[in-house]
Amino acid sequence: MLKFTEDHEWLKVKDGVATVGITSHAAEQLGDLVFVDLPKVGALLGKGDTAATVESVKAASDVYCPLAGEIIEVNDAITGDPSLVNSDSEGKGWFFRLRLADASAAASLMDRDAYEKLIA
Amino acid sequence: MAHLGPLLKTPLNAFHLQLGGKMVEFAGYEMPVQYPEGVMKEHLHTRSHAGLFDVSHMGQVRLYARSGKIEDAALALERLMPVDVVGVKPGRQRYGLFTNATGGILDDLMFVNRGDYFYIVVNAACKAQDIAHLRAHLEKDCEIEEWTGRALLALQGPKAESALSKLAPSVAAMAFMDVAEVQILGVSCIVSRSGYTGEDGYEISIPEAKAVELAETLLANPDVHLIGLGARDSLRLEAGLCLYGNDIDTTTTPVEAALEWAMQKSRRLGGARSGGFPGDAVILDQLAKSASRRRVGIAPEGRAPIRVDAPLFANETLSQAIGRISSGGFGPTISAPVAMGYVPTDYAKTGTKLFAEVRGSRLPVKVTDLPFITPGYKRS
Repeated sequence: MLKFTEDHEWLKVKDGVATVGITSHAAEQLGDLVFVDLPKVGALLGKGDTAATVESVKAASDVYCPLAGEIIEVNDAITGDPSLVNSDSEGKGWFFRLRLADASAAASLMDRDAYEKLIA
Repeated sequence: MAHLGPLLKTPLNAFHLQLGGKMVEFAGYEMPVQYPEGVMKEHLHTRSHAGLFDVSHMGQVRLYARSGKIEDAALALERLMPVDVVGVKPGRQRYGLFTNATGGILDDLMFVNRGDYFYIVVNAACKAQDIAHLRAHLEKDCEIEEWTGRALLALQGPKAESALSKLAPSVAAMAFMDVAEVQILGVSCIVSRSGYTGEDGYEISIPEAKAVELAETLLANPDVHLIGLGARDSLRLEAGLCLYGNDIDTTTTPVEAALEWAMQKSRRLGGARSGGFPGDAVILDQLAKSASRRRVGIAPEGRAPIRVDAPLFANETLSQAIGRISSGGFGPTISAPVAMGYVPTDYAKTGTKLFAEVRGSRLPVKVTDLPFITPGYKRS
């Protein structure tokens, strides 16, 4: 199940675990990223908590936790090479995996069609 | 500074929109922060080839002595700046600072001896206040004219000379800080060999009706790309140049700001025209001794950019900040974060280890020499 948030995150949900990243639209708006700060594995985050920070040449922006849960894995590849987020935002540019506190919560998020309408 | 009402536009506004400029508010103007290429590539292109910047929002001012003698205009300007104006020869430009009674900086500027008048370029956000300041103090001796109807374009980078000399061959012979009246596209322009990027290059003051044609003509050369304010900021930061409002303001003196080089011997204690500018007691005393704090380069040791207002600490645990970052971001040329900040003079020595606080973490930084890059200025 692929879902999107109004804060421009995407989630791929499988067996109660969401892989989370930022959308290509968001990556384009931010510009070339030069730094990514990821959460710690084991962190318990609520919906809307700051989960990560991304920085371009010009500015820093927060990435929010799209749903409540526990961080079980982070993508160290993007801290080593932040440009992966620009070049492959919905693939190699993923940020973290979140074990959802409520596996059914993702159902309420937008599907791709709804997200595309939001950014159109 | 907050701006109420519609934003002002430069003569290139429609041109920026047509080329995909992402427009933002800056100093009351609608200005392009970047183009589709993006800040990173725009920055690197300026360092490797040439970048064209619209800086028409900056204030252009002409100052004439009522006596008709340029020396009188020079002496009048010296009443407002701790700078040797008299010694600037016709056709030469110098960096200047308007100071206030407590030695703070009202604005920084470039001024040019044009032979029969001084041509002055000031910051956009300060221009109304600067012109009022000039009139309030110099009206009796000088006529002060805001030079409207002019655009200002900056062409910066190692390919700037070859690009501009195709339109005006004489500019190739100019040296850093030379200024000349040059015919470009059939109109009279004021061209200075200077800029705000650390690169060789030019600033071109042109009648506004010809501004778009000049930009189009320069951009027809594949070496020249259009560059927004985002890269202008990262370029000047790598070059260690101050941004008024961030690195210098009314609360910082020129000595604290490490701008001693801008205050020539003739205006210092024992000089031919020592003092006689606002804040002279404070500034001359600091020049003779030193100030209690100083602007320094700050090199973060990690990858995280450290931005304006981040507090600086002497170690990882003490709760009392000793200073703050005045400008900071990422330097694409050196592919590392770069910053400047104010620290107590005891901590200003190159190599001093400090910590900056970012999102609750203390990150190690080092006091470093400025600039972060090797400037490309065309010294004669």
